[in-house]
Amino acid sequence: MQITSPEFKANSRAALADPQLQKALGNVRSGFIEKRLKAVADLPEFERLRDSAKAIKDHVLSNLDLYLEAYEGRVLEAGGKVHWCGTAEDARQAILAICRGVNAKVVTKGKSMITEEIALNEFFEKNGITPVETDLGEYIIQLRGEHPSHIIAPAVHLNKDQVEEDFRRVHDHLAPGRDLTEPEALLNEARRVLRSRYFEADVGITGANFLVAETGSSIIVTNEGNGDLTQILPKIHIVVASIEKVVPTLDDAAQILRVLARSATGQDMSVYTTVSTGPRRPGDPDGPEEYHVILLDNGRSAMLGTEFQDMLRCIRCGACMNHCPVYHAVGGHAYGWVYPGPMGAVLTPSLIGVDKGGHLPNASTFCGRCESVCPMKIPLPKMMRHWREREFERGLNPAVGRYGLKAWAFFAKRPRLYRFAAAMGIPALKVFSFGKERFSWLPLAGGWTKYRELPAPEGRTFMQQLRERDAVMKQAAP
Amino acid sequence: MTQQAVTKPRVGLFVTCLVDLFRPVVGFAAVKLIEDAGCTVDIPMAQTCCGQPAYNSGDRKDTRAIAQNTIEAFEEFDYIVAPSGSCAGMLKKHYPGLFKGDLTWEPRVAAFSAKVHELVSFLADVRGVQDIDARLDGTVTYHDSCSGLRELGIRAQPRALLGQVDGLTLRELPDADVCCGFGGTFCVKYSDISNAIVSEKTSKIEASGADLLLAGDLGCLMNMAGKLKRQGSAVETRHVAEVLAGMTDQPPIGGRG
Amino acid sequence: MSGREAILAKVRASLSEGGNDPARRAAIEARMAKPPKGVIPARGKLPDDARVDLFETLASKFAATVERVRSHADVPKAVAAYLRAKNLPAAIRIGADKRLAAMPWDRQKAMEIRNGPSDGDDEAGVSHAFGGIAETGTLVMTSGKDNPSTINFLPEHHIVVLEAADIDGDMESVLAKVRKKFGKGRMPRTLNFITGPSRSGDIEQKIILGAHGPRALHIIMVDG
Repeated sequence: MQITSPEFKANSRAALADPQLQKALGNVRSGFIEKRLKAVADLPEFERLRDSAKAIKDHVLSNLDLYLEAYEGRVLEAGGKVHWCGTAEDARQAILAICRGVNAKVVTKGKSMITEEIALNEFFEKNGITPVETDLGEYIIQLRGEHPSHIIAPAVHLNKDQVEEDFRRVHDHLAPGRDLTEPEALLNEARRVLRSRYFEADVGITGANFLVAETGSSIIVTNEGNGDLTQILPKIHIVVASIEKVVPTLDDAAQILRVLARSATGQDMSVYTTVSTGPRRPGDPDGPEEYHVILLDNGRSAMLGTEFQDMLRCIRCGACMNHCPVYHAVGGHAYGWVYPGPMGAVLTPSLIGVDKGGHLPNASTFCGRCESVCPMKIPLPKMMRHWREREFERGLNPAVGRYGLKAWAFFAKRPRLYRFAAAMGIPALKVFSFGKERFSWLPLAGGWTKYRELPAPEGRTFMQQLRERDAVMKQAAP
Repeated sequence: MTQQAVTKPRVGLFVTCLVDLFRPVVGFAAVKLIEDAGCTVDIPMAQTCCGQPAYNSGDRKDTRAIAQNTIEAFEEFDYIVAPSGSCAGMLKKHYPGLFKGDLTWEPRVAAFSAKVHELVSFLADVRGVQDIDARLDGTVTYHDSCSGLRELGIRAQPRALLGQVDGLTLRELPDADVCCGFGGTFCVKYSDISNAIVSEKTSKIEASGADLLLAGDLGCLMNMAGKLKRQGSAVETRHVAEVLAGMTDQPPIGGRG
Repeated sequence: MSGREAILAKVRASLSEGGNDPARRAAIEARMAKPPKGVIPARGKLPDDARVDLFETLASKFAATVERVRSHADVPKAVAAYLRAKNLPAAIRIGADKRLAAMPWDRQKAMEIRNGPSDGDDEAGVSHAFGGIAETGTLVMTSGKDNPSTINFLPEHHIVVLEAADIDGDMESVLAKVRKKFGKGRMPRTLNFITGPSRSGDIEQKIILGAHGPRALHIIMVDG
């Protein structure tokens, strides 16, 4: 997909001016947060489970090479194949080769952010293969030619009337009189259309929430059941997963599952947690005949051992964006690439470069709400700050801000000079307010006064007043 | 010097740059509150800013230099107290990371950071203040500034102390824990987004029915007051220390009406 | 260098680890053989009766319906009654599970029984669960000819027979039984954990049942 992260500011202005989007974002601000809060309150062990989940991933990351080897061994034993892919292009080519092998025309897809990352749908279309997204939200945005605006609720930026319009435009069998005003009717329509697609598909592609080294299994977590129909009906099941998804055992997955759904949707468990191991067994009446895993690096190995390693603990629950005031204001598309919100603000620069993704770690108030709800305790603000440090070191931030900062730091490092400058400047600023308590406009403060008044200073600085007070006290002393 | 004065804990007041420049009354209120809580207060002249503007812009070198100044100026005290969760959080939670691996500074910063407290939590938790001597007739609401809330766990303390103010009714602000959109340089760098966030906040403040908004961080307060005044709101804004110290003669932040 | 070797080399370089440290390898093999006991919520740690009750409570909370019968012989009658109550034709899709096969279906004269995997045209499918998890009201299903996976997903109504005695407190206990049955490190093709009927919240966050999988999940729990 086209990267528009460098235009984050323009994207966000457009988002703020879009009334449809703003209405839809209202659903994020309320629903997710309350549901998570309730689910967490219902499980006294939640905090300990967070620690347990974090410890598991930290252990895996420091032994990732060995767990990947062990995982691969078990996949092979179970009759599956593993395709190691360093880059997005490697992954696309490996997937295409598998599809070509069965002369695939239609490929169904379960919801997967990693296939967004490798821009698989566009690639399929260029190669004459029809990708069909089967998750309801993904299906809707595919009809619209859009990309997900949220990692677990891809169509969260839309309202039901927009979905109705799209269905009427694309599903040409629909009678004009058919009532599609309610979400139930829209869901039934999508269910009906997609049912035949599952049977038509030659290949089904899913992502993975976990890869299990103990058994060579992949695990997906869904609510709709589309990920299951996608993998058990076609001849071939392809799993696309990045290398950090591996966990040692099913028991480890069970620990993390307890924080995943609660953090994501506020469910105790998602409806379907599916553990898939290899192709169908001899004598099995259903299930895929081939099972392939696309094991993708695409920049992850370079994050290991750096200040961004903690990001590889991410389990893609979406809690960080559900609680982010910036995401609430502008939605996911403004971020300009696959991963939005705080996790995207850290991950995107890692994957597409900080020269392109640099706005994202800067567009944060550091309110810390993301870190406080992250089930894997990823220090998101800290890592955004690390990106700012890298930008600063490379001189990537805008010159005006840079010089302003340097000038300020010059004074901040020199207390006497600082006091002197403040004692000159602040009373002058007060005079300039002409007796008012606030400014509606001030030179060089346009960023502030565009939207709000600037409260005027009291008058003399605290330090000035303190000195005068002390002088008075000394005079009064015997 | 009397015997009693010797045993009193010595507090170094980190005034914060915004209080120094824009709202000195908060500094004087802090002095009064800390003295009333049985401490002596010193205000080292060699203080400027905690360094967050540099730190959050990725400039670690200047941040370290500023931090060293601050540590040198304050490490002699029993406690270092700041009337801001954000600045106290910087001194307490972020300074140590700046000196990781520096054998000279690591122990110094550890000793320094351990003594740092935000004003209201210092009064409530460390000094166990239960007799706030102040009066304010009116309905107030309270915004939990992010750093204080999430880095330092300040939530109950300001409510407990405000509960001791005669005549004051506290009305809880819905989503009091959600950011006001200030975020330091964020509010000017991404002013459109900041405006959307603060507008959400001011609509909640208006809906609370309170006539006075309080918080513990001047940055957030100036942001919210600035928006309230631009919208023509009658709600007034003050730092919580002003109310606790009974020092409300100054016009509110951004003025009245 | 193959993709495999290149990726492993990069990972090792980033971790500053050599490839063939036998101690590291032994440590992860030992951990896989015997994973550390994680945090198991107290919620599911209950005596037998209370555990079964908790399963029923939570499965119902997550929109499944639960019915308890006293013996296997009661199951066909319960299935027939369910179909009637839902105005469904008296027909079910069913796998080769011996426990299901041994039930007195012949007493339900009008019932059409279709054997094998679902073809997508079944209104109702009947499966036998491998087990249940009280902590979350979750069914555990294993694939194979006994209980084909398609029956879990394609019929509009999924009816699952669950022995009360097969309900464990937590997922870890069920996983121990899976290892015991299939062999350590071995798995059925598909292990499904199912908590309530299919749903979606993708349109305006409104939860609607019956997205792609069954619209209704009915659990017939056999006591004793």
